Amino acid sequence: MASINIKLSDHKIAQLKAICMEFNNDKGELINVLHKAQHLFGYLPAEVQEVIAKELKTSVAHIYGVVSFYSFFTMTPKGEHPISICMGTACYVRGAEKVLDEFKRILKVKVGETTADGKFSLSCLRCVGACGLAPVVMVGEKVYGRVAPDGVKDILDEYSKPQ
Amino acid sequence: MEMINITIDNKKVQVAKGTSLLDAAKTVGINIPTLCYLHLHDLEITNKPAGCRICVVEVKGRRNLAPACVTECTEGMEVNTHNIRVLNARKTVMELILSDHPTDCLVCPKSGNCELQTLAQELGIRQIHYQGEQSHYREDTSPAIIRDVDKCIMCRRCEMMCNEVQTVGVLSAVNRGFMSVVAPAFEMNLDHSVCTYCGQCVAVCPTGALTEVDHTNSVIRALADPTKTVIVQTAPAVRAALGEEFGLKPGTLVTGKMVSALRRLGFDYVFDTDFAADLTIMEEGTELLDRLSRHLKGDKDVKLPILTSCCPGWVNFFEHQFPDMLDIPSTARSPQQMFGSIAKTYFADKLGIKRENMVVVSIMPCLAKKYECSRDEFKVDGNPDVDFAVSTRELANLIKQANIDFNSLVDDDFDRPLGESTGAGVIFGVTGGVIEAATRTAYEVFTGKKLEKVNFDQLRGMEWVRSATVDFDGLPIKIGIAHGLGNARKLLEDVRDGKADFHAIEIMACPGGCIGGGGQPLHHGDSSVLKARTSAIYREDESKVIRKSHENPFIIQLYEEFLGKPCSHKSHQLLHTHYFDKSKPVEIE
Repeated sequence: MASINIKLSDHKIAQLKAICMEFNNDKGELINVLHKAQHLFGYLPAEVQEVIAKELKTSVAHIYGVVSFYSFFTMTPKGEHPISICMGTACYVRGAEKVLDEFKRILKVKVGETTADGKFSLSCLRCVGACGLAPVVMVGEKVYGRVAPDGVKDILDEYSKPQ
Repeated sequence: MEMINITIDNKKVQVAKGTSLLDAAKTVGINIPTLCYLHLHDLEITNKPAGCRICVVEVKGRRNLAPACVTECTEGMEVNTHNIRVLNARKTVMELILSDHPTDCLVCPKSGNCELQTLAQELGIRQIHYQGEQSHYREDTSPAIIRDVDKCIMCRRCEMMCNEVQTVGVLSAVNRGFMSVVAPAFEMNLDHSVCTYCGQCVAVCPTGALTEVDHTNSVIRALADPTKTVIVQTAPAVRAALGEEFGLKPGTLVTGKMVSALRRLGFDYVFDTDFAADLTIMEEGTELLDRLSRHLKGDKDVKLPILTSCCPGWVNFFEHQFPDMLDIPSTARSPQQMFGSIAKTYFADKLGIKRENMVVVSIMPCLAKKYECSRDEFKVDGNPDVDFAVSTRELANLIKQANIDFNSLVDDDFDRPLGESTGAGVIFGVTGGVIEAATRTAYEVFTGKKLEKVNFDQLRGMEWVRSATVDFDGLPIKIGIAHGLGNARKLLEDVRDGKADFHAIEIMACPGGCIGGGGQPLHHGDSSVLKARTSAIYREDESKVIRKSHENPFIIQLYEEFLGKPCSHKSHQLLHTHYFDKSKPVEIE
């Protein structure tokens, strides 16, 4: 798994330690800690995992084991607007793959990659629990339902506009 | 104790509540095959993730086959361990494991000693019906250990040793599904991790996924070079285990045969690391007494307890994990390094040869020794004090390659002067041995009295952490002992927190001490092998005329002719070292 070496700022390390503290530095809460850490950094670089290992008094290898096991966790930085396409059964049968292909075509990236300008990253997930809206696409925290391939460009345009 | 009655393969068995089907079957002579399972009984080391499913059996009334290693016996259970359904399932499981395993057995370093190979043979696998993609990973070579994880079967024994027993935390299962494998964090190489090279992962790996870096060819080349004087030293634990590689019973002492074999291999001088162990006692013991007497005089700067520093896995461990405590361990080098240093100065001078023309080979029960002898501080102008450290297993291989019928060899004696040793040097090979050897000498030097009883039984045993008080003529000396790095960690944390008030502590990285080292013949999960080796070491000690290091006449001669006295300026140059902070803190801007 690719990793990018970064140096964490004191401020970010303090925030990360606060997250660990929120869960009483309990290694049983590792997944929750990783969730929040990924929310903070956008991804989980080696340096972040090392800080967590130290705080939770566990090995970095163990943390990496968990990070590399769950597809939700990533060690590559996500785009400013992470796009997730649901590939759960309901979304899939209602054409999620075609929607995904359209995102890939327009953004010129594969699943798991980030666009060169750092604006968008593309990933798949399994069921967001909104099967009634299938196929579902998430951009950041926002959920789009009943997305058709010809609606993809409109979604992207929302985020491409100068703010 | 509540007893449970069950039937296994139509045999009635009565076992205590809580017994597994696997153990219950053993009591009536039924050996259910296992693969991922590992249980070192006397050390309470257990690995049973029930991951491989080789040990499945049929339990009447249950829909699915049950893994015998984790299924507890319940009253009235009827079990079949080898009916056609069980055999088919077991073979299918085996074939599936083999379908993602390289079949280069003929050239695999583990061939002939591989649990997977043996099991395939025992299960009568003649064909692998499942053909498909195989997983491939990068090979990782460190100074001591090679990871060829294409051969990993995910039994996770190494992960258990590295995390639960040693608490080093380098190895973990990573990735998912087909790509899952045991690896260091970020799948980095071992030599970038905090690996101590203790080799306990290698000691339990059932396949060729984890093996040692092999130096046998380098040794053969050195022996064939007429310009080189090649000297060998043998660690204490080797003589108590080497015989196993030639079919002898565990615990058979083969000291004399080993010396014969080494001479036949063509070594110019066959010496003993035990000699250097005696030398270690002189230096480390003097350091202990110096710190102790300063402490008794009220010197507040003196650091106690003193920690032993013979074990290179342990040295790596505290350099990585306890960088704030680098001033506590003794500065004495390990016997291997003391030997190399004396051989390439004192003995090379005696022979009138240059150090570049001398090759020092050490036979070690240990894989961390391979790393230790490559450390820069143990080199002079790039020339290492010890050129090659080979394991007990590699020595057996050298002997086999030289067509030597080991078992028919006549006993021979070590050469002098660096081959003469005492019983104190021998017991370095077991947990508690170094501190017992140090106590024998320190007692006599400190009190000026002769020891009435040389054996210190209170320092012996297999318990992970032991403590004892030895009476130094009215002064109680508190001694701590730990083997296994996880226990060393506990003891060290107690020292750091001021919860322990020991004067001296002995640490050995490997369970049982060096006799259980990563370079020893494989025990295949049988801890009675370790016990047999331990008693062999104590037998060797008992058989020695001289059993205290300071009475070794050649040690006395070495100080008279060359070193002066223990902890002299010259000793410090040649026999002591310093430690480095190798922790890897996160860089903060």
